[in-house]
Amino acid sequence: MIDGGHCAADDVALAACLFAADPCGMGGIAVRAAASPVRDRLLALIRQALPDAFPFRRTPLDIADARLLGGLDLAATLRSGRPVLDKGLLAEVGRGVIVLPMAERMSPSLAARLASVLDTGTVSLERDGFAASSPVRLGVIAFDEGIDDDERPPLAIADRLALHVFLDGLRAIPDLPFTAEAIARVRRDGPSSPAAESVRQALAATAALLGVNSPRAWLLAARVARVHAALCGRTDVGEPDAIVAARLVLAPRATRLPSAEPEATQEADQGSEQPADRADGEDSDSGRTDSASIDDVVLESARAAIPAHLLKSLAAPKPIAGRGNAGRAGAFQASKRRGRPAGTRRGDPASGMRLNVIETLRAAAPWQRLRQGADFPKRKSLVAIRREDFRVTRFKHRSETATIFVVDASGSAALHRLAEAKGAVELLLADCYVRRDQVALLAFRGAAADILLPPTRSLARAKPALAALPGGGGTPLAAACDAARLLALALRRKGLTPSLVFLTDGRANVARNGETGRHCGETDALAAAKALRAAEVASILIDTSPQPDARPEALARALGARYLPMPRADAAALSAAARNLIAV
Amino acid sequence: MRHVYPFSALVGQEEMKLALLIAAVDPSIGGVLVFGDRGTGKSTAVRALAALLPKMRVVEGCRYHCDPGANGSRCSECHERAAKGNLRSKLVPVPVVDLPLGATEDRVVGALDLERALAHGQKAFEPGLLARAHRGFLYIDEVNLLEDHIVDLLLDVAASGENVVEREGLSIRHPARFVLVGTGNPEEGELRPQLLDRFGLSVEVRTPDSLELRVEIVRRREEFESDPAAFVAAAKKADDRQRRTIAAARAKLSSIVVSDDARRQAARLCMSVGTDGLRGELTLIRAARALAGLERDDAVADHHLRRVAPLALRHRLRRDPLDESGSTARVDRALAESFGS
Repeated sequence: MIDGGHCAADDVALAACLFAADPCGMGGIAVRAAASPVRDRLLALIRQALPDAFPFRRTPLDIADARLLGGLDLAATLRSGRPVLDKGLLAEVGRGVIVLPMAERMSPSLAARLASVLDTGTVSLERDGFAASSPVRLGVIAFDEGIDDDERPPLAIADRLALHVFLDGLRAIPDLPFTAEAIARVRRDGPSSPAAESVRQALAATAALLGVNSPRAWLLAARVARVHAALCGRTDVGEPDAIVAARLVLAPRATRLPSAEPEATQEADQGSEQPADRADGEDSDSGRTDSASIDDVVLESARAAIPAHLLKSLAAPKPIAGRGNAGRAGAFQASKRRGRPAGTRRGDPASGMRLNVIETLRAAAPWQRLRQGADFPKRKSLVAIRREDFRVTRFKHRSETATIFVVDASGSAALHRLAEAKGAVELLLADCYVRRDQVALLAFRGAAADILLPPTRSLARAKPALAALPGGGGTPLAAACDAARLLALALRRKGLTPSLVFLTDGRANVARNGETGRHCGETDALAAAKALRAAEVASILIDTSPQPDARPEALARALGARYLPMPRADAAALSAAARNLIAV
Repeated sequence: MRHVYPFSALVGQEEMKLALLIAAVDPSIGGVLVFGDRGTGKSTAVRALAALLPKMRVVEGCRYHCDPGANGSRCSECHERAAKGNLRSKLVPVPVVDLPLGATEDRVVGALDLERALAHGQKAFEPGLLARAHRGFLYIDEVNLLEDHIVDLLLDVAASGENVVEREGLSIRHPARFVLVGTGNPEEGELRPQLLDRFGLSVEVRTPDSLELRVEIVRRREEFESDPAAFVAAAKKADDRQRRTIAAARAKLSSIVVSDDARRQAARLCMSVGTDGLRGELTLIRAARALAGLERDDAVADHHLRRVAPLALRHRLRRDPLDESGSTARVDRALAESFGS
């Protein structure tokens, strides 16, 4: 989403105020934007609204557990001869803000650690012989520089940050709508008391209509409404506050458009009637009409605040299940520190390996008497450790594989082929949670190739994505080869080993530029296949045509793929073939 | 002091609450796995349970909180104490130990006490989280993100009930029987089947559909946050009642009758859904017995089996990825066949 819509500039300034007024109470703020002056301005506005001494730390994504959570402070330990605890970054921040650049590349494990700190308000440390826990109240500013829809910060984090703003395309942010004094007052006195029932119901109804199903989002919306009320100097939360919460918290999380589907409107009717019925008993008639109108106003403003790019993807029939797939990023570097421990070896911990303290001490132990005199002539009780004593833990980390099914969804056989491919994907997925591998599904028909299932190892995520299977139309083989190549290369950049399984009868009839015709279609397909071959991705082509045919075989040669005629390929045979391909 | 959200004030999620209560009544059930949507109160429920559990009696001075009444399963130190006849005991809260992500192996199983080793040259064992969780609960949030080598350690200890440490020149064994409670979100990745099998019960949690429940969740949470002490005090009566129910169920557990009919019914159920191994049947019977205890019944009846069957069996079905219906639906189908409804 390059031309991505942005929030209204006023909303962004408002979000900065809200965050600064309650930095540690609403999780934080997720900012989707490329690095830009506008983003810098937002950060500056937030800092300016916070006291000077307020802790504000930038946290790199590759931060080691030892620095994030704490652990053995090696230098101090060696100096003093007894274990010294390094508090870790989170405990150092204590009550403050951390900034996460490139949050879309965050590993799920970092996200889970931060999430647990946000939830419990404590860092619990059980590492390197230390057991400690310290109170931590964090506000997170997550910069999300993702471009594609599936490049998002892990949902475990995004779900816990109240405010979501989109800056791409925004040219300027106005000054803060509230004074520094007002913001400081709210920070000191806290938000207004909980909202009235009608406001709470309006927010809940709006969340239901927008398909915002995380209870955490509802709670955060309520919190933001209260902070806003306090900023405005009101003690009770009212309609304007609910509107702000709906715009900044609920709208960016929308997973469907209100009243877009008949199903949604039906639920909407139930939704707005149930509470009204209940209110009937308790309140007077006027109260009832009041709450109904708040519902409408809040929903309307939330709908208006749904960012343009989200609108577009919501309007498309594609399920949004693939969101937040950033999970696997970073698997590459982590191999030095992740996986099964496989013994220790001599090495320098500075190169990103994990120091094995015990083995290091053991290596140093025999030499102590000799070294005592030389290294520390005056003080006797210390352990003398030299560089050559360092031992690091080795980890075995099998590179994950990703199997991409590229399925021909054109023509009459489409439905059958897709169904079999779907079965094979599910079989592989059922298997891959043992082997930790990923599976993706790419279907091509008409003029283009679509990623039906982004790479995943979760059967739970795959099922809804596989449910919608479009079929019919031309055979854009060239587009399919290009899309497969891009996906395979992207996966390889993430440290995975991609492999491709093509399911087609090889009768290309749509060229790269969308032109239909046998000749141009086949020429382009062969050219694209050669480009794919140059990428050196292990692949297999399963020929699904009822009679043996020269074209698919030629395509397989161009691809450098193994050729396997299988006119009645079934799911089990397919997954077996794919598994063989991985094993080769 | 940080207040914990009270168990009795949790809105909805009846199945999750039931599973946790059953595990509290009969720890031999082997743990609870809670998988499901984000923000549905999985962690909140586990932490609330900790505050709810009746206290337990331990040997004074024992690092592994051994049970003074249990002869067979004491640690070596308590064996010596027992021989000398000085097993004094005291009441302590049941431990609910967090296994945080990023924990290192030495802290999980226990290791050489570095401080004493470095400063005094003594070889002493520093017990880890497994020792601390003995006779209590070991809670792992985001269990599917736990690193493989930690999972390996857990699997072995959870199966044997004993932690064997052979590292850094130490050779130590101590009892470590705990109820494993894991929570997670299936979208982050699936669980290894071996680990899955260690959990006695599994629960799937979903976001509540009804608007009323949704409003209620927000209302209670806001009340709790604005005045935690008052909120906890208001729920104290209900929490106390719940605690007494657990204590009563535990006391009664061994006297609850499990008829041959009930056993046959359980076996039939397991066969019809096709679970591997006998663990399913054992857990099913035990869970039904614990439920009978909670409901103050004297014998296990069909309705007990019925209620716990999805909890005990849904994660033990052989995976059939081509079966569109989820495992819950398959258990329901088998239930309908077996009990004829």
